[in-house]
Amino acid sequence: MRAAEFAIHLLLLLAFPPILLGVINKTKAAFAGRVGAPLLQPYHDLLKLFRKGLVLSETTTWVFTLAPAAALLAVILAGMLLPAGPLDAPIRFTGDMILFVYLLGLARFLIATAALDTGSSFEGMGAAREVSFACLAEGAVLFAFLVLAKNSGALALSSMLRGVEEVEWGIAAAPLLLISAGLFIVVLAENCRVPFDDPNTHLELTMIHEVMVLDHGGPLLGLILYGAAIKLYILGALLVQVLIPFDNIGPGGAPVFVAGLLGLAVAIGVVESIMARLQLRHIPYLLTAATLFCAFGFLLVTR
Amino acid sequence: MIPGQSGFAPVANSRPLPLGEIRILPWEDFHANLLQAVSRGGRVAALFGMSPHGENQLFLVLADDTDNKLWLARTRLEGPSFPSLTPSCPQVHLFEREIAEQRGWAPQGHPWLKPVRFSFAFRSGPAAPEAAPTIGVTDFYRVEGDEIHEVAVGPVHAGVIEPGHFRFQCHGEEVLHLEISLGYQHRGVERALIGGPDKRSIHYMETLAGDSTAAHSTAYCQVMEALGRCKEPARSQVIRGIALELERIANHVGDLGALSGDVAFLPTASFCGRLRGDFLNMTALLCGNRFGRGLARPGGVRFDLSTELAEELLQRLDSVESDLASAVNLLWDTPSVMARFEGAGPLLKEDAAELGIVGPAARASGLLRDTRHDQPWGIYRFVHIPVSTGGPGDVFARAHVRWLEVQRSMAFVREQLRTLPGGPHRAECGSLAPESVCVSLVEGWRGEVCHVAVTDSEGHFLAYKVVDPSFHNWTGLALALRNQQISDFPLCNKSFNLSYCGHDL
Repeated sequence: MRAAEFAIHLLLLLAFPPILLGVINKTKAAFAGRVGAPLLQPYHDLLKLFRKGLVLSETTTWVFTLAPAAALLAVILAGMLLPAGPLDAPIRFTGDMILFVYLLGLARFLIATAALDTGSSFEGMGAAREVSFACLAEGAVLFAFLVLAKNSGALALSSMLRGVEEVEWGIAAAPLLLISAGLFIVVLAENCRVPFDDPNTHLELTMIHEVMVLDHGGPLLGLILYGAAIKLYILGALLVQVLIPFDNIGPGGAPVFVAGLLGLAVAIGVVESIMARLQLRHIPYLLTAATLFCAFGFLLVTR
Repeated sequence: MIPGQSGFAPVANSRPLPLGEIRILPWEDFHANLLQAVSRGGRVAALFGMSPHGENQLFLVLADDTDNKLWLARTRLEGPSFPSLTPSCPQVHLFEREIAEQRGWAPQGHPWLKPVRFSFAFRSGPAAPEAAPTIGVTDFYRVEGDEIHEVAVGPVHAGVIEPGHFRFQCHGEEVLHLEISLGYQHRGVERALIGGPDKRSIHYMETLAGDSTAAHSTAYCQVMEALGRCKEPARSQVIRGIALELERIANHVGDLGALSGDVAFLPTASFCGRLRGDFLNMTALLCGNRFGRGLARPGGVRFDLSTELAEELLQRLDSVESDLASAVNLLWDTPSVMARFEGAGPLLKEDAAELGIVGPAARASGLLRDTRHDQPWGIYRFVHIPVSTGGPGDVFARAHVRWLEVQRSMAFVREQLRTLPGGPHRAECGSLAPESVCVSLVEGWRGEVCHVAVTDSEGHFLAYKVVDPSFHNWTGLALALRNQQISDFPLCNKSFNLSYCGHDL
């Protein structure tokens, strides 16, 4: 049973994420009055990239080649710390939430380092943007974890997210809603979605995340995009588990979890369809708002 | 406005003038009169060098927009150089650089004398490069300092667009200075036209800037008709007007969609992308080509507009109108879009006037400047389209001016389709008058298109000068970017949407 749960968890983590991108794109297409790319297009794109050859700039070193794979590993490891609806996390120990945050931070550090390794002014610009916005988003996530820890009295992610259900939503609704709002903003920011970034743009001067990976191509770019999809899944899963009490649902929770993630992807698609991007210098305001939401939630549970 | 006794010769848009009627002024008079005229609101539409009978001459076309007149002047250069006019009249800065590059005549004291297109000179001179210049290799303006960084973009861009090199001097995200280096699309059209016209000429004109085919081909045809003593039939004037306005609508609609796409606002971007195609297809109904190629020919138009076709066009206009209005109005009604548009890339009215900016970009800065209104030609002499202006000169103003123009152009096209005059659609054009000059101005969708033809004693082109609106406006874009966020560059760039090949010729 334990092995089966582990296998399903891993399958979700590794095979499911790209379809979220497909759902987002389908939603956007529907809003624009288009048919849109097939739902499974992201898988085809990844396969295409992995089949391609590699072009490396002469100015790059081993950092550039190694970073995408290392970053992907860090993200997968972070995913293993997180329960998936009714399925427990394969790895869990007291304080693993700190490791979770820092594994995501490590992945970002590796990609930013690889960007700086190219010596291009674009990539440096992108790396600077990425890390300055990320450090604002991290605060929100940490405050959200503090709320969950306080609610559940536990310091392991699995127990913390279970703890949501033990305390009645009725009682803890306000802080949970606040951190859900904060986490939704973080999901958009961390995954370079509108209004923070435009995943469709080809304009190198306006991009945040994409400009960091301009010099990566073929399999390396495939690793980065795959890692980004998994990150979307992880942060989405975190939000879905805050919102849905899986312990009360019981064994039928797995489909609900998947449906919740798909619903979140539709929500992201709707946001992207109805609003424009923020001006770059206004992004910190929204991220600060996310941190304040989570911090205020923490204030409510500590009083 | 400009005193007649100054020695400048008055002429109307698209009217011939014997070259002899333009007196050759001494440099001092030429210089003083030009400065005086510009200080009173005159605008330099063209300034170029030519060499009739081996004599070096500067030729000036000055537009007087309030009195609806053009003033022509020329002066003889005694040596291979002349004192630069740029320090006292900034709007000639690029013309002087062009003269230095094409003719090798050095404007002494030009503050920023660099290649324009990195092309071979027409003839040798002190300012002409010794060898073929390497494109893009030049001294860029640099800002010094520890925290300053330089961002070089292009000539190969991430999107499928024309090549051009942009050099940003940045402090963090803030742009302190932008320098634009073009020339990658240089084809040598002006040089190829010397000795013309021939069978190729009209095809050069239609592809000077592919998105302004109607404007450039109309301007050329008017030159040919004026110098060929041909009276263009009323019916063809109307058809050309319809083609020009359809071109304007299609491009403005495309731009509004692209602006929306640049701020990642999908609904308008998708709808305008489709609607632009609908307008291009209307042009295709006129002449079989979506960009209006093959329509205007010296003497008129090649294709008549039948009553059934007019009905069909009217129906199509009706069917797209409500879709277009709801897609575009969504832009103004969405706060997140307006937050991006308002205040981005402002071009001050004073700067726009001083640089001689034309077209929607000038009108968005509050300048009342529209060739259809100021220097009317063809059908625009009889039917007036209100000039659409905006206030602050930011991205919003440039977008909104486009929307106003689209609506007014649609009304114009409707009216003209309902009241098509009868008669032939094409007349015969004679050979060109010798020793004559003709200036033809047409308001293309990007701004004023200026064609100047000077003929020799045989009636061939001694010089044929083309000034695309992009030639004036690129500098405006560079100024609009100052102290802006570098991440807003694509948005500002799209709000001007200038042509690379129109500039490079």
